[in-house]
Amino acid sequence: MSEKNENENEIDALEDENSAKKSSDTSTIIQYLSFVLGKEEYGVDILRVQEIRSWEPVSRVPNVPFYEKGVVNLRGAIVPIIDLRERFSLSKPEYTPLTVVVVLQTGSGSHTRIMGVVVDSVSDVISIERTDIQSAPDFGTKVSNEFINGLVSVNERMVMLLDVDKLLLLETLEQNDY
Amino acid sequence: MSIDMSQFHQVFFEECFEGLEAMESGLLSLDIGDIDPEAINTIFRAAHSIKGGSGTFGFTVVAEYTHIMETLLDEMRDGRRQVTKQAVDVLLGSVDCLREMLTSIQNEEDVNAESVAVHQSALETELNGESSANTQPNVVATPAINTAPSPIQSQEEDEEPEIEEEQGWKISFCPYLNLLKTGNDPVRLFRELSALGQLTTNVNIQDVPDFNELDPEECNISWDLVLVSDASESTVREIFSWVEEDCELELSPLAKPKKKKKPKVATPVSAPTPAVVETKEVIAPVIVPPPTTVVKKASSESDSAKNAPKASSSIRVDTDKIDTLINMVGEVVITQSMLGLIGENFTMDKVGQLKRGLAQLERHTRDLQQSVMNIRMLPISFVFSRFPRLVHDISTKLNKKITLKLVGENTEVDKAVVELINDPLVHLIRNSLDHGIEMPAERIAAGKPETGTIELKAYHRGGHIVIEIIDDGRGMDKSKLLAKAIEKGLVEESAIMTDKQILELIFMPGFSTAEQLSDISGRGVGMDVVRRNIQSLGGNIDIISELGKGSTIAIHLPLTLAILDGQSVAVGDETYIVPLVSIIESINITEKMLNKVAGKGETFKLRNEYLPIIRMREIFNVKTGAATKPNEGVIVVVEGQGALCGFLVDELLGQQQVVIKSLEANYRRVEGVSGATILGDGSVALILDVPGLVRLSVC
Repeated sequence: MSEKNENENEIDALEDENSAKKSSDTSTIIQYLSFVLGKEEYGVDILRVQEIRSWEPVSRVPNVPFYEKGVVNLRGAIVPIIDLRERFSLSKPEYTPLTVVVVLQTGSGSHTRIMGVVVDSVSDVISIERTDIQSAPDFGTKVSNEFINGLVSVNERMVMLLDVDKLLLLETLEQNDY
Repeated sequence: MSIDMSQFHQVFFEECFEGLEAMESGLLSLDIGDIDPEAINTIFRAAHSIKGGSGTFGFTVVAEYTHIMETLLDEMRDGRRQVTKQAVDVLLGSVDCLREMLTSIQNEEDVNAESVAVHQSALETELNGESSANTQPNVVATPAINTAPSPIQSQEEDEEPEIEEEQGWKISFCPYLNLLKTGNDPVRLFRELSALGQLTTNVNIQDVPDFNELDPEECNISWDLVLVSDASESTVREIFSWVEEDCELELSPLAKPKKKKKPKVATPVSAPTPAVVETKEVIAPVIVPPPTTVVKKASSESDSAKNAPKASSSIRVDTDKIDTLINMVGEVVITQSMLGLIGENFTMDKVGQLKRGLAQLERHTRDLQQSVMNIRMLPISFVFSRFPRLVHDISTKLNKKITLKLVGENTEVDKAVVELINDPLVHLIRNSLDHGIEMPAERIAAGKPETGTIELKAYHRGGHIVIEIIDDGRGMDKSKLLAKAIEKGLVEESAIMTDKQILELIFMPGFSTAEQLSDISGRGVGMDVVRRNIQSLGGNIDIISELGKGSTIAIHLPLTLAILDGQSVAVGDETYIVPLVSIIESINITEKMLNKVAGKGETFKLRNEYLPIIRMREIFNVKTGAATKPNEGVIVVVEGQGALCGFLVDELLGQQQVVIKSLEANYRRVEGVSGATILGDGSVALILDVPGLVRLSVC
């Protein structure tokens, strides 16, 4: 039984890779990394996750929005760190060695960028049937849903799936602030 | 068996462009009156390599086109044809055309057939106009180029009747065993042959040993070829010229023509005959694909090909430099293993040894860094070599007599600088050509030699490279400049300006003194862009000009864009890097030297000048740390945008070389910050953009 499961997972993983490459609708299962911000649960496409690190002090960059915490040296690359908790005004930012930074890749081809986002904690890797994803309802002007790809329910909890490319397009992030 | 040729394309294109540059400079240096046969040889060789290469890669259009150039050059080389200025101009035109073709092919775009046809027919006119009149009907008439009949005609004509009788060639091609090892591929030869006409190949395999004795690197096969074509013997031999020394080659005219005579063409290039190839082979199937034609119907979009060339990202490096680098790496490895040994059984009495080892490591690392940076250094001649052509073309157009003198072409500078300095230099040289140098008559009237001189000079000074453009033209009229600036409302009428400030007016946007616009210059956009480009490279630009005697424009550029000498300063508990080049001095000031302006702005008196103070803490919103009064911190006097200014920081930390990292690669542009670097402790420090900060504080 367990062997069968493993096989299935392998196939899933393969299919995910394919889907990422072709971005076609051929595969039906997508894996997401879910994390917690305040009391809400979010997910990002696991293929966009480069690594998960613990918080380390950043170098502040002057005159940028408050949730752009600064830059760090990630093996020779200068990588900005964005606090999603502050961006979504969800929980009080506290920085301890246990604070988690998820390093995400955005863009495609030659224009990939790397950015770190601060979250409360990373919870799980979830496999989702494409057909299970519901489109996000329109929240009107109260809440912008442009970063949200869709909603999915996992074990009775709602997980919001984030569009990494849109999320980390700083210009879009910022225009809502001014 | 089949090799993916596309992997070599990049190298091929680079070689071609190098070849074209060689041809161009060769052609430009040709002295019509006194021809150096070696110069022609060089041009010929470059053309020949391009032809050979493009044939190999299947770029038939290029190969065919180059072939005509080659024929022309061959005749010049043999002294059968006189080198005329006109012929040189036609050849220069074809160099441009070839470059365009290659760029199109490189970008996988369609070759602009129209422009190729125009140049090709110009070449053919040049070629045929002097050889024989009866080939004329095959040539597309060109409006632009007229051919002056030349006295040298006889030899070409002598050959003509011969060719008419012959319908083809019987070729016996017996390569030596080592043919394949020399990198030659018979298939390529056959392909070129088949472009000349109908080719039949017959393979002799009697010399092929048994399979178990067979050495695949040896060529045991020979061929009997029948080429039905009107090509001359020399044309056929030409194809084999690469393998001459590696084979036995016999050529005999065909006794009985198989096909009806074709209309005679001096060179078979304008209409390639589709090749019919019959190969009778037993082993090693030799397949000769018919020549494919890359030319498609020309479109009017040909310009876009020029506008978006693929950036070449490779670099050619002297083997010497690589050897030094390998040496240095060896040293580093040795030091590292030595340190490892000390660390393994470390006792306190080894501290001295450890210190020595670390000092050695530091030295080697610095040397290694230097050698790596050296690899990125290219001689400035990469830029300079394009200018003789530019000067040649524009001076012809303007009817001016100008010589260009290049000095210090071997001065080395970072590759990135080389790439970015080209456009500003082109602009400045065009300006000198157009506005600087006078018409010959005017020069004689002014008591100067008829021929003007533009000197392009590069040399190292300090950590900078200086590029000077010196002309002996009319110079700039300061009163006229000032009048123009007042007229355009760029300066106040009552403004008091130094000579230097007046000359710098030409860098203002929208400033042009040219009485009329030309396509060369005078639109008033340009100098401001030139200055901005140079400043974005971290350099600056100066002008010295004397009315009637000429102008000198000096560009100072950092040698490299990857490393910078910086002064670390502390602001609160943050560290920033100020580029050392922009620092004039650092001083402590007292309350007495301070003055308030309108209650807000602050200035201080440095010797006899009042300088504005920029409080880094405020402009960067630093909340930590204590020093708030100017007299508790340090004033770093910097120069940016031509103005002096004092940055108030808390403390000076130290000077160091920093590696510049882009902040934009993963993040974005930040006002007042030009980049970032990684400090010794692994943390990130931002590098200040001094001109940007000065601007930021003013606004």
